[in-house]
Amino acid sequence: MTFAPLATEIFLLSMACIILIVDVFLRDERRVLSYALAQLTLLAGALISWSMLGNETQVVLHGTFVSDPMAALLKTSILLVTVGVFMYSRSYLVERDIFRGEFYVLGLFAVLGMLVLVSAHSLLTIYLGLELLSLSLYALVAFQRDSAAASEAAMKYFVLGALASGMLLYGISMLYGATGSLDIGEVAEAIALPGEQGIILVFALCFIVVGLAFKFGAVPFHMWVPDVYHGAPTPVTLFIGSAPKIAAFAMAMRLLTEALGGLYGSWQDMLTILAVLSLVIGNVIAIAQTNIKRMLAYSTIAHVGFLLLGLLAGTTEGFSASMFYAITYALMAIGGFGMVILLSRAGFEADRLDDFKGLNDRSPWFAFMMLILMLSMAGVPPTVGFYAKLAVLQAVIHVDMVWLAVVAVFFSIIGAFYYIRIVKLMYFDAPEGDAPLAVSPDMQIAMSLNGLAVLTLGIFPGGLMAVCNAVLS
Amino acid sequence: MENIYLAIPLAPLLGAIIAGLFGRQIGRAGAHTVTILGVGISFVLSLFVLKRIAIDGGEPFNGSVYTWLISDGLKFEIGFLIDNLTALMITVVTFVSLMVHIYTIGYMADDDHNWPSHSKAGAPSSYQRFFSFIALFTFSMLMLVMSNNFLQLFFGWEAVGLVSYLLIGFWYTRPTAIYANLKAFLVNRVGDFGFLLGIGAIYAFFNSMDYATVFAAAPAMVGTTIEVFAGTEWQLLTVICIFLFIGAMGKSAQVPLHVWLPDSMEGPTPISALIHAATMVTAGIFMVARMSPLFELSTTALVFVMVIGAITALFMGFLGIVQNDIKRVVAYSTLSQLGYMTVALGVSAYAAGIFHLMTHAFFKALLFLGAGSVIIAMHHDQDIRNMGGLRRYMPITWITSLVGSLALIGTPFFAGFYSKDTIIEAVHHSQLPGAGLVYWMVLAGVFVTALYSFRMYFLVFHGTPRMDDHIREHLRETPWVVTVPLILLAIPSVLSGYLIDPVVFGDYFAGVLHVDPANDVLTGIGEHYHGPVSFVLHALGGPAIYLAIAGVVTAWYVYMKNPAIAGDVQQRFRGIYKLLVNKYYADDFNDAVFAGGARGVGRLLWRIGDVLIIDGLVVNGSARVVGWVASVVRHVQTGYLYHYAFSMIIGLLLLLFWFVYMGAGA
Repeated sequence: MTFAPLATEIFLLSMACIILIVDVFLRDERRVLSYALAQLTLLAGALISWSMLGNETQVVLHGTFVSDPMAALLKTSILLVTVGVFMYSRSYLVERDIFRGEFYVLGLFAVLGMLVLVSAHSLLTIYLGLELLSLSLYALVAFQRDSAAASEAAMKYFVLGALASGMLLYGISMLYGATGSLDIGEVAEAIALPGEQGIILVFALCFIVVGLAFKFGAVPFHMWVPDVYHGAPTPVTLFIGSAPKIAAFAMAMRLLTEALGGLYGSWQDMLTILAVLSLVIGNVIAIAQTNIKRMLAYSTIAHVGFLLLGLLAGTTEGFSASMFYAITYALMAIGGFGMVILLSRAGFEADRLDDFKGLNDRSPWFAFMMLILMLSMAGVPPTVGFYAKLAVLQAVIHVDMVWLAVVAVFFSIIGAFYYIRIVKLMYFDAPEGDAPLAVSPDMQIAMSLNGLAVLTLGIFPGGLMAVCNAVLS
Repeated sequence: MENIYLAIPLAPLLGAIIAGLFGRQIGRAGAHTVTILGVGISFVLSLFVLKRIAIDGGEPFNGSVYTWLISDGLKFEIGFLIDNLTALMITVVTFVSLMVHIYTIGYMADDDHNWPSHSKAGAPSSYQRFFSFIALFTFSMLMLVMSNNFLQLFFGWEAVGLVSYLLIGFWYTRPTAIYANLKAFLVNRVGDFGFLLGIGAIYAFFNSMDYATVFAAAPAMVGTTIEVFAGTEWQLLTVICIFLFIGAMGKSAQVPLHVWLPDSMEGPTPISALIHAATMVTAGIFMVARMSPLFELSTTALVFVMVIGAITALFMGFLGIVQNDIKRVVAYSTLSQLGYMTVALGVSAYAAGIFHLMTHAFFKALLFLGAGSVIIAMHHDQDIRNMGGLRRYMPITWITSLVGSLALIGTPFFAGFYSKDTIIEAVHHSQLPGAGLVYWMVLAGVFVTALYSFRMYFLVFHGTPRMDDHIREHLRETPWVVTVPLILLAIPSVLSGYLIDPVVFGDYFAGVLHVDPANDVLTGIGEHYHGPVSFVLHALGGPAIYLAIAGVVTAWYVYMKNPAIAGDVQQRFRGIYKLLVNKYYADDFNDAVFAGGARGVGRLLWRIGDVLIIDGLVVNGSARVVGWVASVVRHVQTGYLYHYAFSMIIGLLLLLFWFVYMGAGA
């Protein structure tokens, strides 16, 4: 048996343990070493998984773990997005005196959970990865212990997360009961047998979809999203809002298309309901928000609606559109939350919409970057958000669900309002207060790269699109 | 080679980006160096391409370099078609552009003293902005002429329109400049609308945006009719060609879409030379020549083109006679010359049209830059009634302007003679219905051209100086950055005429410009062509030369010898004079009918449609509903954990109910 397909996970696990130990022996002023090690780990991990992109599909560990091109691409994306997350977080943590090694260790474990999730080939592996991810995230949300809001958010997240995990597990157990296997391939075969479309499968499907929808934050299982996004320290929000969406996409692919592909008709309808509700609720309620973290939380919900559209199309085109959406959304999300961090400073959270007033006068470059990010989220060409939406809509139209595309476009237009409101605040309003913008160089580089990447991918979307297509076919 | 083709448009773009975005950092010298470098590279590469394709007979290139996206089989591509026509165009464009760039250093220098006080543009780096714009313009024009598909053509088309808008309003603190750039933009919109309809029709019926594909499929479309209005049958190709030509009418300022060009003189003079004489306005001519395989299939469209061109050529010439602003005289002459090119296209003498486009680019740029040189010396007084006797103070400007004027009126052995006489001959040979009348119109145009050109020339350079003493004391020749481009442009203004041999009568455009044998007039003329000198001798047998001489003599007599006549004539023909001074009332008509009508309709729609229905009910109404819903629903987000858990359970139950219970029931 070979361990090569597990190289990324094994490497990450070893490094997380090493960092955990190294960090114990570090004095506070040398803490930056943990940070550097964590970043190196992620970059090296990204290299390893990128190098596996061309490999054949391999199922190892007694059918519990799969290494295929899709996993390689998604893992690379997750690792790279997390590099961005850590880059944005550093100065925030330092300024608030919570620059601790635990942040990075927990982050790495969460990433490990995501990687496991992405490569899962057994229902149990899925659950394992999900729990590793979730538990790390609960702890991260509560990371700023003396913040009441953070503790409250962590508690809510934990309780609701436990509920959702329970439902997912219940669904998995029923599936096991109906098919007699936990292996995704065997489950799929069992379902494909004639006469197996029993009611128990649909029953299991309902519970599994709920578990998935909770992870995505799709309506009506979205209630935790705004509170957790708002209450968690901004770097953690940044993390939760970005990479786990890619992992959730992988989880949906493994569960719905690979394991339960035979129940396509049923889960398509369920996802349709979730998608439409998410588009409506996300876009409409975002308008009423005055806090940008909450606003972006609802915006996430709306984006999830779009992501689900591609999935429910049920075609390779749709899946690759969704994958493109998940990856590029993660890129936009870290940029958006990164901007909140960028504008904050010790003792001041720039999380109100009003804090963006007159940003153009304070820093034209960052205002321009935020402009790109907002336009991309709204789906305005030539930013990447436009292509992501276009690809998803095309996939939906090609399976003759034009009404769904119309609904999506309609609510995107409503959604454009709150993105463009930020632009208006930045460019047309006078700044409140004149505190100078102190931005560390690594932050400047990260933000500039982030914004330009969103623009560049919008002008040259072909490459990433082709990769997304290639890994699925 | 592809990289070279790509570098030709991208070098000026890079210069424009650097000068535009980092103008403040690199300063004035940096801005003009980088843009001149960009255009210079492009010019050298264009020469290389010209040599390779046109002189060495290299294979034309037709291919895409970048696919932006493919939507439903429609390709959005950046592609180049490099053949003899393109090679000629890019060389002319980059050469004139390079001259204008150099000239601009002198013209825009010292804006504190030299620019009109009421036109100081507020921004500190407006000098850099100017260079950025003209380099950007060069990029746009190159994209337009190098395109191999309609989409990129449209992109370049719109981009030159945009840059033109920016440059006409360059002195944006001047209300007249803002008025002029808005007008140019709006009038061009009318043309572009037609153009877009033409492209749309091509896509609808040919299902392709690629030139080669469309041209190959076009002959099969002859006889296809479409119903534009219910119950009427239209030839598809006629409709397409006329729509495309409407686009050309906007960009090349043909009657009745000519109104923007004279006003565009509000921009700085280098721009008038580059955009409104030598390049952008020729885009329409170029486009029609490029589309010759389509136009050849529709006689109706050709007649339409010819008649519009003839009207422009003659009637815009008349207006040049009564103008007193030095730049406006040249502007009306541009209109008139564009009319000549259009006539050439109409009679299927595409090569002659392109040839005149080229010679005109040189001598008209020369005339404009000469006028600019005069304007610099005159401290931005542009009224020719205040000039006179300048030849003693500005010898280089004088000589070069004389060369330009002689070329313009078609003096034998000068460039303009060969190109314009070919056009007149072509019309003479044409069998198109209406060509007989058009022939007389273009002949009359020769007299008019000579009259207004030399009226301006005499009033500016000869006679007694009429400027005030202060200006006269400061009169002197302009610096070398201004005069060198004048000299460099004067050379092709004379010599480019001798290219007539290969370009018009040779096989330079073989396989590029498509001419139906039935319409072919140039071959007939070419049979009698035996070299440039004999062409002159042959012309002595025709009326054109004598008309030009008569025009010059008339101008000399009326404005030099006996100036009282001018006033006398003006008195006697008050009606006609008023008509001309008011430019046939075209502006007033547009203002009253189109602008006024549009405002009226707009106001009506605004009151009823916008304020009442859309704002009141739809937008504000739905916004209010959305806002209300949002404010209500956000209260569902109570913050209580058990509410959240409850909603999840409800969601689960609904899913179960829907799919398990209902699914089982069904």
